[in-house]
Formats: sequence, structure tokens, C-alpha cells
Amino acid sequence: MLEVRGISLRFGRVQAIGNVSFDIRRGEIRSIIGPNGAGKTSMLNCINGFYQPQEGTISYLGKTRRAMRPHEAARRGIARTFQNVALFKGMSTLDNIMTGRMMKMRSNLLAQALYWGPNQREEIEHRKRCEAIIDFLEIQAIRKTPVGRLPYGLQKRVELARALAMEPTLLLLDEPMAGMNVEEKEDMCRFILDANEQLGTTIALIEHDMGVVMDLSDRVVVLDHGEKLADGTPAEVSADQGVIDAYLGVAH
Amino acid sequence: MDLTLPFFVEVLIGGLLTGVMYALVALGFVLVFKASGIFNFAQGAMVLFAALTYVGLLELGTGAVLAFVLTALVMVLLAVAVERVVLRPLVNQEPIILFMATIGIYYVLDGFGQMLWGSDIKALDLGIASDPMTFLARPDAPEGDPWKYGIMVNRFDLTAAAVAAVLVLALALFFQKTRIGRALRAVADDHQAAQSVGIGLPAIWVIVWSVAGLVALVSGLAWGSKLGVQFTLALITLKALPVLILGGFTSVPGAIVGGLIVGAGEKLAEVFIGPLVGGAIEDWFAYMLAMLVLLVRPQGLFGERIIERI
Amino acid sequence: MLYREAGQFKTSYAADAAIFPIRQDRIAMLILLAVATVGVPLWADEYWLTSIFVPFLVFATAALGLNILTGYCGQLSLGTGGFMATGAYAAYKLSTAFPSMSIVVVLLLAGLITAAVGVVFGLPSLRIKGFYLAVATLAAQFFLLWLFNKVAWFTNYSPSGVISAPPRTVAGYHVTGSAAQPVVKYLFLLGFVGVLALSAKNLVRSRTGRAWMAIRDMDIAAEIIGIRPLWTKLLAFSVSSFYIGIAGAMWAFVYTGSVEALAFDINRSFQVLFMIIIGGLGSILGSFLGAAFMVLLPILLNRAPQLLGIRLATDTVSHLEFIVFGVLIVFFLVVEPHGLARLWAIGKEKLRLWPFPH
Repeated sequence: MLEVRGISLRFGRVQAIGNVSFDIRRGEIRSIIGPNGAGKTSMLNCINGFYQPQEGTISYLGKTRRAMRPHEAARRGIARTFQNVALFKGMSTLDNIMTGRMMKMRSNLLAQALYWGPNQREEIEHRKRCEAIIDFLEIQAIRKTPVGRLPYGLQKRVELARALAMEPTLLLLDEPMAGMNVEEKEDMCRFILDANEQLGTTIALIEHDMGVVMDLSDRVVVLDHGEKLADGTPAEVSADQGVIDAYLGVAH
Repeated sequence: MDLTLPFFVEVLIGGLLTGVMYALVALGFVLVFKASGIFNFAQGAMVLFAALTYVGLLELGTGAVLAFVLTALVMVLLAVAVERVVLRPLVNQEPIILFMATIGIYYVLDGFGQMLWGSDIKALDLGIASDPMTFLARPDAPEGDPWKYGIMVNRFDLTAAAVAAVLVLALALFFQKTRIGRALRAVADDHQAAQSVGIGLPAIWVIVWSVAGLVALVSGLAWGSKLGVQFTLALITLKALPVLILGGFTSVPGAIVGGLIVGAGEKLAEVFIGPLVGGAIEDWFAYMLAMLVLLVRPQGLFGERIIERI
Repeated sequence: MLYREAGQFKTSYAADAAIFPIRQDRIAMLILLAVATVGVPLWADEYWLTSIFVPFLVFATAALGLNILTGYCGQLSLGTGGFMATGAYAAYKLSTAFPSMSIVVVLLLAGLITAAVGVVFGLPSLRIKGFYLAVATLAAQFFLLWLFNKVAWFTNYSPSGVISAPPRTVAGYHVTGSAAQPVVKYLFLLGFVGVLALSAKNLVRSRTGRAWMAIRDMDIAAEIIGIRPLWTKLLAFSVSSFYIGIAGAMWAFVYTGSVEALAFDINRSFQVLFMIIIGGLGSILGSFLGAAFMVLLPILLNRAPQLLGIRLATDTVSHLEFIVFGVLIVFFLVVEPHGLARLWAIGKEKLRLWPFPH
């Protein structure tokens, strides 16, 4: 459903990505791995419309383009989480998740000023959807807490909830398990798998924990210094000598 | 009013010299912003306060040099007080909070200065004459020749510009070449990071605000001489904003260029376009200019392009 | 003990999302409304009505407007004075050109005109952020004031340049002009401002409010959710200017009775900004608290030395005002950047537990 072809991205004289191509099939979990600075986050930023690559094209759901604004990407069903949690710190968990429903809400200004009537009905309907996600991710207890006060692990979960609230077709996750302990990681893995199986969301995942990557992913693409090293199933990739040299290493 | 070359040049030069004085005020901002990331709205009040203190001391009978030294001391003490009471508790807050805190300081200094020294306009005589100096005059030319009386430049303006230029040069060198200058630049980038490499924030801030205070003192003396020491001096602060937009908030040469553009632009607009629309264009011309520049280059003419990372 | 929520279970999302979910709050609000609509007109004297309640309501409207833009949407604006002036002059031109138009309609239209002007000066906000935007709003402030001063059309070519607001009635009672009774002015404003405040609260807890706050908190992330930054910011500018314009028109028509540009200079802009800082950024209640604070403080500063038996010259008092304002700004920013509204919320939380310590 998504294909990137020949993407090159430069910041001034720094080449972040050089001629990378790969695809993501509908319904799969695709991992992007590589050492730090390999260009993984930049790649997601390109798919998402946040960076505009200098060369190459991105085809999504049949439409090919090079540049797309982030809110267009959102409207076309691409949702995303970030390495450094990008939540709205001044709002509560519930409000943050409700912002994920933004594109689906329709009341006009006057209806909102009046509140009672069509706007209230819409708010309640979307509240129900958000509560379903809150149940799914088991964050009921913190729904009214301002997210700035939550510990890091919970913030990441709220961010996932917000992304899921958008009912995306493609979900981009940037190191969703960074800084978590084993239990939290297992929970997160379960959530990601459930989102993929129950909701049918295609997932692209950047992650450093190899155990997680090998267990969760259908296919893996490896980047290093902005270039593609390998592309295939977890088994194929972990056996690839180039990947072992650059990233995986050998057990002593 | 005739559109002759000498007249145009006269207005232009007058504007440029005023511009240098704007640049001086803007410099105070740039220093504080460059070193701490804080937009010091109180700079205008500091200018006023410095001028008031100097004049007040003179009125009490102190000699000019002693008054200067004492005022400088007061400004340094002010810097320490500001750092201790306002900046330290607000370390690492968002810029908008810091900005509003400096507005608070502005109000305190304004009220305090006026309460201490009174609020009537005071004359400030620095002993520099403000007679016009003439250049390129051709006394033998016939009456009616625009070049007969040459171009008149105000001696005071010229002197003030020279002093400002020297000060600016010294500060630019300070930032680039010294160890303290480097530390200041580190602090401007990231307070926490600077602290974690052992740069003592309080000391840095005291230094910065003291230097800003001294710049305020020089600006206060210059503007106070020109306009008389009154509370509208503090409004020069607001004029410094367009200067900073044009010149960038972190560039010392930028402040100069920005000041020159604003000073010259204002004067030229007022003299040549003003009469067509009823005058007083100076009130808003600088801000409109700044806004238009921002639309084209959001980081100002000299500012660094902000690449947002996420 | 008084403030226990025990036993109050919200059984629907509607109840959970209500403005006053706790019963005690609802009762308190009803009492406040009763006092405001019945108690004040009965017992307040003319001084209190004209010098305290009327300006309070006018300032509260302006504070609501600025809070929407700066507190909820995070766009710093120093052009409040200029927009108030726009509302005042728009109202003047409308009411002199259409003498039979109801004052309510005049106020609303003046608000809409100001909203349009606000959008124009808000256009730079997509490219410009933070202090740079403040400079753009300063351009609005100075330019608008110059415009109203210089262009005689706005004052209907009045020779003196000082114009008075024409008298208007609502339901037979004079609301503006010299025949207007303070009580009538107060009740009229109370009703009007009440509706405006409720609308603001509704907007802020709906989709629009969340979009504004998202832009304020992290506009890059907001874009990725699908919020369109320019549209949202322009909406903030227009709604904010709508409120501020109405406040300006109310200032000229109901409060002072005359329309002069000087009342809307840069100091006015700072004054309204202080109100929302002290009252609480991003809080409807905060706008009211800040406005009340701003109106009451000078009176307190005037009366306090007398009460304490100290004689002070009038300009010392006004200098003291400046100093106290400045100190309070710094104090609030250091101690509680979220202003009186947050202190109020903390107070209520403590009240929930009272008389138990935790």
C-alpha cells in the first residue's frame, strides 16, 4: 500500500537519506532498524509529509507524490507517534485522545458556541470511541490527568491512543518502547499486535530492541548512514552479513 | 520642501544617525537574548532608570564623572537584583513567561524611578554641542542652488554615533574572542546543558545584565540628551523591536544594520511620504516594515533559520 | 466536609463533560447569578455600579477575547488596544449611519467588523511565531490608532475630534447616552457578557478549543493530527477580535460615553495582557478574576494609605500602582504562572479534603 522509491533527503550538506526504496504491504508490521543516525526517523518524517525529500517519490494508496503537507497525510489515514513524546502537555489524557478525533468532527462554530444540541451529541459520540481506545490500552485511571504529569511510559501509551483515535490505515511508530522496562514492553507489544490484528492497521515501526523486532515484524528493512542495507523477513535480515557487521554484532 | 539631492542626503544622514542610537538600545536586547534567551523587555526602563539616576545625581551636586561611575554601579546592582529575584526562580520556563516577567520589571523600574527622581522632564547636558556641522557647502554658488549651504549634520548625533560604533565593536569582539563570550553563547543555546558542563548560570546572568545595564546607561545618556529625560524614553524600547526583527535577535552587526534601516526608513518616510497622508507616519512605519520583512523571512534579515526537529 | 463529591456519580458522558460537574459548584454558581442579577442592582450604589461593575464587565470581555488568542491558542498579541478602538469606531459609524439599528445589533456588527480586521493582522501568524508575532500585532496597534486619529471620516468630521456615543435604548430603557441609568447599564452588560462568556466556554470545551490548545502546546504535532494551523490560528484571531471589538464598543458606548483613540493606546494592550496573566492564561474564570483584580487594585491602592493614616501625593500613588503591578506580575509568574484561576482550583481541591489534612 505504500512504496517509497529513490528517496534522497539532504539538510544543507548533510545527506540524511540516499536513494532508499522499499515498500510496505497492507496489513503487515514492517520494522525499520539501523544504528543511530541512520535516517530512520527522517524516513518516517518523509512518509508523513513533515520533511520534503529532494529526490524520489512516495506512493500511497495508489497516488504518487513527492511532497505532502502533514495534515494532508493525516487526512489520508497516516498517523504517527514520536521518539520524544509529542503530546499536548497542557491538556488531559482524554482531551489529547479527543484531538485525534478532530478530523472526524463536523460541528460548525455556532453549534459549538451553543453546545447543547448537535455539538453535544457529536462530542458524546466521539467520547465513546475514545473510551473504547482507553479501554483497549488500559489507561482508564489517568483519563483526566494532565499528560505533563504522567510518567514517560504512560505518556507513550497515551500517544499511541491518540494515534489510534485517528482510525488510521497506516500507523508509523517511532521507538514506541524506548525507555520502558520488560513488563511495559510486553504490554506495548501486545497492544501493537492487537491493533494490527483486530483493527487491521498496517504498522511501520522503528525499534532498537531486536527481540521485539524479530518477534513482531513480518518484514524488516535495515538502514545505515542513510542507505538501505537489507530488506526481507526477520530471519533473512538477521542472517545477512552486512547487517551483522554494521549493526547486530555477534554474541561472544 | 524640495526634493533636492542635498536635502535627501541630509534627511538620510539624520535618519542614519538616529538609527545608530536605535541600534544602541537594540544592542542591550541582543546581549541579554544572545546570552540567556530572554527577551528583556525591561531594557527600555533600564535606559530610563539609568538616565534618571545620572541626572538625579547631577542635581544633587555630584560631578559628571562620579555620577557616571555611581550610576554604572547602580546598574550592576540592579543586574544582581534582577538575577536573584526574577531570573533564578524562572530558570527553564518558557520564553513567553520570561518575557512577561521582564514586562513586570519594566513596570517596577518605571514606577520606582519616577517615584525616586520625580516625573518632570529633565534636561541632560553632556557637554557635547548639538550645533549643525556643514559639509560640502559651496558658499560661492548663487542663491537657489541647493548645494549652497551644503549638507548639515548635527554634531551631537555624529558624536553619539561614533561612541556607539566603538561600543558595538568592543562588544562584538568580546563575544567572539573571549572565554566568557563563549560561555554566554552556550547559555543562550540551552540553560540546562550549559549548567551541566559547569557554567555557573547566576554569574553569567549577572555579567550579562550588568553589560546590558551599562549599554542602557550609554543609551540613556545619548537619548536623554537628545530628547530630555522623560518617561517616553522607555517607549524607545518598543521601537527597538522592529530593529531586532530586521537585524535578528542574536546578531550584534544585525542590530546595527537593523537600526540604520529603521532610522533612515522612518525619517525618509516621514519627510517624503508623511505630508501626503497627514504626517506622523513615524508612529507605525517601523513596525509595518518589520512585519513585511517577517512575512518574507520569518527569522528576520540576519536571524538563523530555525529548523524544527521532532 | 462541605465540598464532598461522595455520592455524586456521573452516569453519562454528558454529565461528566458539564461545565459544573459538582453539585456544590452548581449551587454556588446559582447563588452568584442571583446576587449579580438581583442583589447588586438592589444594594449597590451608583459609585460601585459605574466605577466598578461596569468597567469590570467591559474589561472581562476584553480579557476573554485576549485569553482566547494568547491563553488558549498561544499567540501573543499586543494589539488589544487597537482592536478595541476598531470596535468602538465601528460601532460609532454604524450607529450614526443607521440610527434605528438596535444597540445589540450594533455591538454584534462592530464585533464582526473587528473580527475581519483581526483576521487581516493575524495572517502573518502562520509564518511568524512567538515574539515576532507580537511585533506584527504592535504594527496593528500603532497603525490602527494612527488611522483613527488621522482620518476624519471615522469621527464623522467632528471639529474637536472628541465624539460622544449617541443615546440608545433597549426595551424602552436608555442604555447609552447621558439619560442612561447605571443600573440599566449594568444589567444590560451583565446579560450581554453572560451570553458571551457562556459561548466562549462552550467553544473552548469543544473541538475548536482543543484545536487551539493543540496549536499552543505543540503546533507541529497538531498539524500531524490533521489540524490546519493557519485556519485554526485565524479562527482564534477572529473570535478573539470579535470579543475585543465588542469590549471596545462597550467601553465607548456604555462605560465612558465617548469615543476617543487615546483610551485604546499601548498601555491598554498591556493592561489587558496583565489581566489574563494574573487571572490565568487559558481559563475563562481567569479572565474574570484578572479583570476584577485590575479594576479593584487601583481603588485599593488609593484607599489603603488613607485607611492606614498615611498621606501620599497622587502621583506617588500612581507610581506605587506601577510598582505593585510589576511586583505582582513577577510574583505570579514565579509562584503560580497559571494565575488566580489555578490558585482557585487548588483552593477547591483543598476544600474537598477539609477538614481532613489528606
